Amino acid sequence: MSEQLLPLDGWHRRRGARMVEFAGYQMPIQYEGIIAEHRWTRESAGLFDVSHMGQLIVAGPAAEQGLAALLPADFAMLKEGRPKYSLLLTAEAGIIDDLMITRRGDHFYLVVNGATKAGDIEHFQAHLPAGAVLDHMKEQALLALQGPKAADLLARLAPGVAELGFMTAGAFTLGGTTCWISRSGYTGEDGFEISLPAADAERIADMILDQPEVRPIGLGARDSLRLEAGLPLYGHDLDLTTTPVEAGLVFAIARRRREEGGFLGWERIAAELENGPIRKRVGLVVEGRQPVREGALVVDGEGNEVGKVTSGGFAPSLDAPIAMAYVPAAMAAPGTIVELAQRGRVHRGTVTAMPFVPHRYHRKGAPQ
Amino acid sequence: MTVYYSKEHEWIRVDGDTATVGITDFAQGQLGDVVFVEVPEAGKALHKGGEAAVVESVKAASDVYAPVGGTVIEGNQAVVDEPSLVNTDPEGEGWFFKLTLADTHELNDLMNAEQYKGYCESL
Repeated sequence: MSEQLLPLDGWHRRRGARMVEFAGYQMPIQYEGIIAEHRWTRESAGLFDVSHMGQLIVAGPAAEQGLAALLPADFAMLKEGRPKYSLLLTAEAGIIDDLMITRRGDHFYLVVNGATKAGDIEHFQAHLPAGAVLDHMKEQALLALQGPKAADLLARLAPGVAELGFMTAGAFTLGGTTCWISRSGYTGEDGFEISLPAADAERIADMILDQPEVRPIGLGARDSLRLEAGLPLYGHDLDLTTTPVEAGLVFAIARRRREEGGFLGWERIAAELENGPIRKRVGLVVEGRQPVREGALVVDGEGNEVGKVTSGGFAPSLDAPIAMAYVPAAMAAPGTIVELAQRGRVHRGTVTAMPFVPHRYHRKGAPQ
Repeated sequence: MTVYYSKEHEWIRVDGDTATVGITDFAQGQLGDVVFVEVPEAGKALHKGGEAAVVESVKAASDVYAPVGGTVIEGNQAVVDEPSLVNTDPEGEGWFFKLTLADTHELNDLMNAEQYKGYCESL
């Protein structure tokens, strides 16, 4: 696949980004440096270009019924402007993708991963009934503004956004352009995701970056932030061989749907909910300073492979290496010591409840 | 005292038959934030091209290969304790190890500063 350019490609380069191939696009891995960008996001606010992600609309009289057959969300509970995290599943409960879905008037708005969007679209088109129409919004860019100062500064540009609670969304005017803004993100911090026309992306990105609290943040820090937040990354911690129960994503299977089923993958999920999964995704804090990365093996006392590290790296906020791994259910309790083999060496890790760094979402009604 | 450079982006500062080895400013810039360094222990015999040290950034792990053979005199504990020295002072305090050269002829395969600058620009 040839590399495609995102709407903000030139914008990133002018700001000194180092560009790399990701999900078939040229994307900024870093600007000033991953650790500095990571810390800035935790302390102030960072602007991320996530326009590689797929923004889809599903509309038509059969949209709701068609989506309900594919996603384990409870559509009766899916309220207008309230995004929900959901999963696209195979009949065997393998994860095709993880996504956000929002009811928006007469249609549904979905945000899916960049590397998987082509396959997702094929899957939807193969399974949605006549009467449900899918549109891929290729002319739409997506920005994420994340960090404890995000709400104050965005409210200066888009009055009203500070009223949104975590996981709520609406249409707001930002720089004279109507944008769809949700209070959500993938860093563990308070923040927003802003869907806007690609033609306006540079101008609005400039407006946001002109605020003194904001710096541009690359994919490198996006990865270390989400890892600290315990959030799985599709293609690494989630894939066709992992199920929602193994991955610890049961919260994405609505209670009513767990009992009633009626979506692809339900039989296996019901069985795993009843009997427990064979393996689980866990967080690990690794001893020492050397990062243990994706692909390292979890081994037992005899050196047999019993699991695998699916994400790993250095956590700037903890100043220590951390990882996510799949381990046998018997080894998944917090406090369990596991051995990790990487490049001929054994490292020790301790199973740790996630998130590694506490989430700081803006939940309405919660004490601030 | 002469400084040589390798195509693997190491610098080698030679004083008599003693060489100090580190990675270049170009190399640290490519790696990004360094979070882990492992250096060889004193007394270890290194062969030219053999694994000598490990440097890991937030993004990736890299082996550092011995640009010349010899016996390690000292590994730099300072970069083990404070890996970011590799970013802030790669060609000074951020050195990796010192060794006694086994064969000074091996220096002939290395580049001088001007050649190395041209090499980096050609990449």
